[in-house]
Amino acid sequence: MPRGHRPARRPAVERGQRALAARLKRHQSPPAEEAAAPPPGRRPRRPNVPVVDLQDVYKTYAVGNIAVHALNGISFRVERGEYVAIIGASGSGKSTLMNIIGCLDAPTSGVYRLNGLDVRGLDEDTLADIRNHEIGFVFQNFNLIPRTRALANVELPLLYAGLNRSDRHQRALHALHEVGLRTRVDHLPSELSGGQQQRVAIARALVTNPAMILADEPTGALDTHSSAEVLNLFGRVNSEGRTVILITHEADVAAHAHRLIRLSDGRIVEDTANPDAVKQEKVV
Amino acid sequence: MSETIRVAWGGLTAKRLRFGLTILGLMIGVASVIILISVGTGSSAAVTNQIDQLGSNVLLVSGAPTLGGLFRGLGGGGSSSGPTVSTGLTEADASALENPYQDPDVKSASPVVNAEDVTLTSGETTYQPSSFVGTTPSYQQARNYTMAEGSWFTNTDVQQHNRVLVVGPTVVSELFGGADPVGQTIQVNGTNFQIIGVTAPKGSNGTTNEDDVVIAPLTAVQDTLTGYGNISQIVVQAKSQKQLDAAQVEVTDILNQLDPPSPGSEDTSNFEVENQSSIIQTSTASSKVFTTLLGEVAAISLLVAGIGVMNIMLVSVTERTREIGIRKAVGARRSDILIQFLVEALLLSLLGGIAGVIAGVVGSQFKIAGVEPVIAPYSVVLAFGAGVLTGLFFGTYPAGRAAALRPIEALRFE
Repeated sequence: MPRGHRPARRPAVERGQRALAARLKRHQSPPAEEAAAPPPGRRPRRPNVPVVDLQDVYKTYAVGNIAVHALNGISFRVERGEYVAIIGASGSGKSTLMNIIGCLDAPTSGVYRLNGLDVRGLDEDTLADIRNHEIGFVFQNFNLIPRTRALANVELPLLYAGLNRSDRHQRALHALHEVGLRTRVDHLPSELSGGQQQRVAIARALVTNPAMILADEPTGALDTHSSAEVLNLFGRVNSEGRTVILITHEADVAAHAHRLIRLSDGRIVEDTANPDAVKQEKVV
Repeated sequence: MSETIRVAWGGLTAKRLRFGLTILGLMIGVASVIILISVGTGSSAAVTNQIDQLGSNVLLVSGAPTLGGLFRGLGGGGSSSGPTVSTGLTEADASALENPYQDPDVKSASPVVNAEDVTLTSGETTYQPSSFVGTTPSYQQARNYTMAEGSWFTNTDVQQHNRVLVVGPTVVSELFGGADPVGQTIQVNGTNFQIIGVTAPKGSNGTTNEDDVVIAPLTAVQDTLTGYGNISQIVVQAKSQKQLDAAQVEVTDILNQLDPPSPGSEDTSNFEVENQSSIIQTSTASSKVFTTLLGEVAAISLLVAGIGVMNIMLVSVTERTREIGIRKAVGARRSDILIQFLVEALLLSLLGGIAGVIAGVVGSQFKIAGVEPVIAPYSVVLAFGAGVLTGLFFGTYPAGRAAALRPIEALRFE
């Protein structure tokens, strides 16, 4: 829905960003104690603030009478421009972690700062706005809206950001062009291959120019060729300065990232740089 | 907003059959409200019209109070209240009522005699009209007769005992096969009468065919058919609708003075004065009840249609749980989802309402159970409004459920 009738709210993503930051000021913690060197972000908004800052995060589910500890004290940071893979077997807590990083779920205890904002106790609508501005989701099963053209799918986050029609159109076209789907803008998801659908989803994730791309098993439903295409795309997106967090259980997928965080039983068991990251090929 | 409508429309047209059936349900609900109220309105209009045909602002004076005397008398049905029945009414009573000083609200008082078993003969053809009335010229106005051919008889005809007739269109078609009878002479129980006028068709008043009548000067009928006894009734016309009640009081007073109830008798009067407006009130009240009942039946079908909307919207929300999850993940607020589904419900009910109004208006063009439906404008507004509100009301719960879905669970939904 165009929100032209309440222009003060979110007239554009960039302006909304500032409005949101101001609105959330009271939630904001003091600046991080150590001023990390600004990463080579393409458009650093707050250069010295980590994109993801988790401190001692626990998540406990109650399943019947039994408390399941999905996350047991997770702490790590992701700086701007990093390409991180979070890997772990199923049941290791990586989906829970992804939900928390993606502001889809809240930690039971601990602090999560997204781009400097403490997201504890924010209401659902504010979290929706944060997801809209800060996070670009890419899901395993693409999660495109059925019976809706590729272009409209990519426009969706901009629609909720309150952009007008022509701006949405222009930016969505540009994003589809970036992922190499310029000729497929009017296709329905059902008319696209899996790899193409995932590229539409990536275009949708990129279109709001978010702080990070959060991808949950993005190649899980794709064949080898399409997987390579999609991973190359992530590599290129990262090389342009965007932060990418990849959640996967496949080692060869994780091998594309520059840093590996391995989870097991809700704890980080390994957090290493990956100097041998698979070289990016030029995406066709 | 146009974007929301586009999205909602897309959501609806994705399931055409389901969408169509839901609209059909609403359409039937809305249309039945309109049609049934039209039938109610139509039947009450028909009753009012019938009562109007009895005459305008008319009081009927008959003898000893008898229920139903009104209808017998008014129908002109000589069958039951011929002059042989002692009503105690006389021509003198009728002339006493035409006294502007004692009853200023009375315009005219027409004495009426009904002749029974009258056979009309024209050449070889014979016919028995259901009503043969002898009266004075003021009867024409009191009973709302207009002339199709010729003219009504005059006071001179009454004074001179002229044997002339005014006949109804049914009589014309029975005796003359529809040819113009004015100027023709026919035999009434063997006596020659000349036809001088034909009344315009009035139709049936429900009990009597108002067109199957013969009307002649009072004196001529007394001379040839009934004799000079009591008269059957007096038709009194008040000067206006407002003066009807006052006229009733005056007429009752005058008649009671002329012929007071016998001492010791429990009767308060030897006469019965029936008031047209009281009949109209009674029939209006009963037809209102009728219309309300019909409207309530229709409202139930509208309610059922509303439940249909709710059902379909719940199915739609469940089916699109994942879509809702996606929308929320990319930044849709609760209100965005709420509005999307409310607009969907609104579109559904608007289309159902419009279709229902069209079906209702078309359906009301046909005669239903012998009643010519009359579309009441309020019923169209009411049915359309109630239809849309029903859809919106029953759409609120599913939309609220959609809006309240947690994105993480919605995304996980298979």
